Amino acid sequence: MGILTLNKVTKNFGGLTAVNKVSFTVEEGEILGLIGPNGSGKTTIFNLINHYYPVTSGEIIFKGINITHKQTHEIAMLGIGRTFQVVKPLKRLSVEDNIMAAAFARETTFAGARKVAREVLEFTHLDHVANMKAGALPIAGRKRLEIAKALATRPSLLLLDETAAGLNPSELDEAIDIIKAIRSELGITIIIVEHIMKVIMNISDRIHAIAFGTTITEGKPEEVAKNPTVIEAYLGTDYH
Amino acid sequence: MEMFLQSLISGLLVGGLYAIIGIGMTLIMGVLKIINLAHGQMLMVSMYIAWVAWYYLGIDPYLSVFITVPVVFYLAKYISKYLLNPLIEKDSILPENQVLMTVGIGIVLVEFMRFIFTSDYRSVQTSYTGQAWHIGGISIAIPLFWAFLFSIAATIFLFYLLMKTDLGRQIRATAQDRLAASLMGISAEKITIFTYALGSALIAAAGSFFLPIYYLYPDVGPEFTAKAFVITILGGLGSTVGAIAGGIVLGLAETLGATYIAAGYRDAFGLIIFLLVLVFLPGGLKSLTKV
Amino acid sequence: MENKKFFSKGELIIIFTGLVLPLLFYFSPYAQGLLIFIMMWVVLGTSWNLLAGYTGQVSFGHAAYFGVGAYTAALPFLHYKISPWWGLIAGGIMAVVIGYLLGVVVFRLRGPYFALGTLASAEILRIAFGEEEWLTNGHNGILYITTWVTKIPYYYIIFAIAVASIVSVKLLMRRREGYYFLSIREDEDAAMALGINTKKYKNISMIVSSFWAGVAGAFYFIYMGFIDSETVFALHNISIITILVGIIGGVGTIWGPAVGAIIMVLLQELFRSAIFGLAPQWVSGMHAFVFGLLVIFVILYLPGGVVGDWELIKKKLHLKSNTEK
Repeated sequence: MGILTLNKVTKNFGGLTAVNKVSFTVEEGEILGLIGPNGSGKTTIFNLINHYYPVTSGEIIFKGINITHKQTHEIAMLGIGRTFQVVKPLKRLSVEDNIMAAAFARETTFAGARKVAREVLEFTHLDHVANMKAGALPIAGRKRLEIAKALATRPSLLLLDETAAGLNPSELDEAIDIIKAIRSELGITIIIVEHIMKVIMNISDRIHAIAFGTTITEGKPEEVAKNPTVIEAYLGTDYH
Repeated sequence: MEMFLQSLISGLLVGGLYAIIGIGMTLIMGVLKIINLAHGQMLMVSMYIAWVAWYYLGIDPYLSVFITVPVVFYLAKYISKYLLNPLIEKDSILPENQVLMTVGIGIVLVEFMRFIFTSDYRSVQTSYTGQAWHIGGISIAIPLFWAFLFSIAATIFLFYLLMKTDLGRQIRATAQDRLAASLMGISAEKITIFTYALGSALIAAAGSFFLPIYYLYPDVGPEFTAKAFVITILGGLGSTVGAIAGGIVLGLAETLGATYIAAGYRDAFGLIIFLLVLVFLPGGLKSLTKV
Repeated sequence: MENKKFFSKGELIIIFTGLVLPLLFYFSPYAQGLLIFIMMWVVLGTSWNLLAGYTGQVSFGHAAYFGVGAYTAALPFLHYKISPWWGLIAGGIMAVVIGYLLGVVVFRLRGPYFALGTLASAEILRIAFGEEEWLTNGHNGILYITTWVTKIPYYYIIFAIAVASIVSVKLLMRRREGYYFLSIREDEDAAMALGINTKKYKNISMIVSSFWAGVAGAFYFIYMGFIDSETVFALHNISIITILVGIIGGVGTIWGPAVGAIIMVLLQELFRSAIFGLAPQWVSGMHAFVFGLLVIFVILYLPGGVVGDWELIKKKLHLKSNTEK
């Protein structure tokens, strides 16, 4: 029994089935990679887990609690943090204030929230831009701020949505280190959606591959990478 | 029964007038994604122009369309170009700054007219003012009838423009997806400016037809602005057909409500329906038909 | 949002100035009247600013709470001769109740739809309070012989209310609530993902905001001694002007609404009095016109308002004086 279980989760938008009976389980302390071509439904799965969209059918169990019909903020308070592919910084607030706003999820006092914010700033290597307006950050900083805000809510499960997209090689390495440290130092379970194979193959314990909203396969990174259906879905049939 | 028929017909006719106000607003809301709180004020400006043309030059209000439409079209064009469009790139705390700008524009227009014409009520005297046809026990006010016909004509014209012409396609494309439209070579900026001017010109034309029906004073505008957004939300944003339906529903609700419930609440009925639609039917009447 | 002393030195000077100002104009009831109106608009502007400027819910219907506050002071007096002074508390509370009830409807809406929803609800109240003559005396309004002839005590009462409203906003903005308001304003979806119950915090913002608007309304009745529904539920003269006070001063700033209120009242008075009688009489008709132009100017060139863009203004002025040298 893992920390999060999706059981035959389906989402219809009008006549279109974006996610079709997807089931998987994430074990505590694991990093699960979620891969699939563009439009295959990865972000939609995240949006279903934290209830931006209501699920059409199926159920989602987190730590033994059925969260299928819980509201977004309740799910966050239960311990699921997430980042957004299209980053959502609180633009006119400083980086530190962004993180403080998130830290208030578990802290009631100004001093307590600030203490958490300082720790997270340091952990995500954002301390040198703490006073900068979040809207003025370069893309790498904004991606990292997404992680920082999610961490400040003290989650036990973190959903990372393309936090490495648009980074240069050195920024990418830094991002990988931070993600690894989130698990090893903070003990947070992670589901990661990523297009950059280097990242996902490097850090995932297990990979769940989907295409057209349906599961293709699940397994260890090296197995999944060799799976012909995955290769086909990603690269087209001509690749063989 | 006669009273009911009379209210029904009056409601329909008034609804036709409302439709033409709503269509201009729905165009603007569809493309600019803003509520234009200066919409009724454009109507007011147009009515003053028509009144001046009638008072000083003896031009029949219906003919003054040829003056009010171009004047208001250009006025709105410049407003849109120099006051609304520059705000798109401006970073402001409240995303509603274009809406707030239309408030400012509305104030300036009203106060300018008050300054020139004072707050006095004005009206025109024509051969058809206050005239009505009587069929059975039911009377149809002639100016109302002509205005109704005009609004049908204007609707057909607009429908043709939007559906059959290149310009119309560009407007629709910009309304749907501004970015995609500009990637396909449509100048979203030009279309935006044009749409605001077109929407205002429509209501300017309505102004010429309203003059023989309504009293004219500087504050006549806001009342119609309120009706315009009620109609737009009622019908469903950006839908021309929806605006007609919304206009007629509002016209009927007001007339029937005033007859059978309470006359003093005439203006409240529309607002109550409006709130109910906003909350329970967010897509407006359009969403019921899936057009 | 540094956790320094609650009031800076500059702010204390402002408050002190507010305390002694009416004494400077001791022999001019006219000037005292202006000061009272400024303070009333400070309360309304501050109230609106909490909900719109800080929480991002741009209300176009603050007249609803102002009007309900005013009628809460006036109705018990009309029917039972209960002193309207109770209204200063009851009016605020009643406005909160109405604000909460309206919130059930309007908080389902976002952005411009919220704006329209609030506008419509205030208009409905205006019509209803005008029509229900048995309750409100309809368009004849409600009359009350004011308690004092001198204006000084009124000033200190509304001044205290203004300071209290500013303090309440300042307090909130240094706490969790403040951070949550700003998060909702900047990105409601992101706020929910951070565990913020956006509905609850919008309601908190609404409660405080409507309370102060209601208190201002009650004060208006006590001070003016007359209200009718067209005056206190006015779309233009209350709801819109409240917004413009906020915009001109600076949305999302503590002192913005105060600055906006001063500018608005003084500018209107300057023109209404035809620049103290120095200009020809026709100028007096221009006050609203000039105010509209000012609004357009501010939105175009000072989107942060006078307070929010103060640095920009200083730079511009500085640049000018430098080039002149």
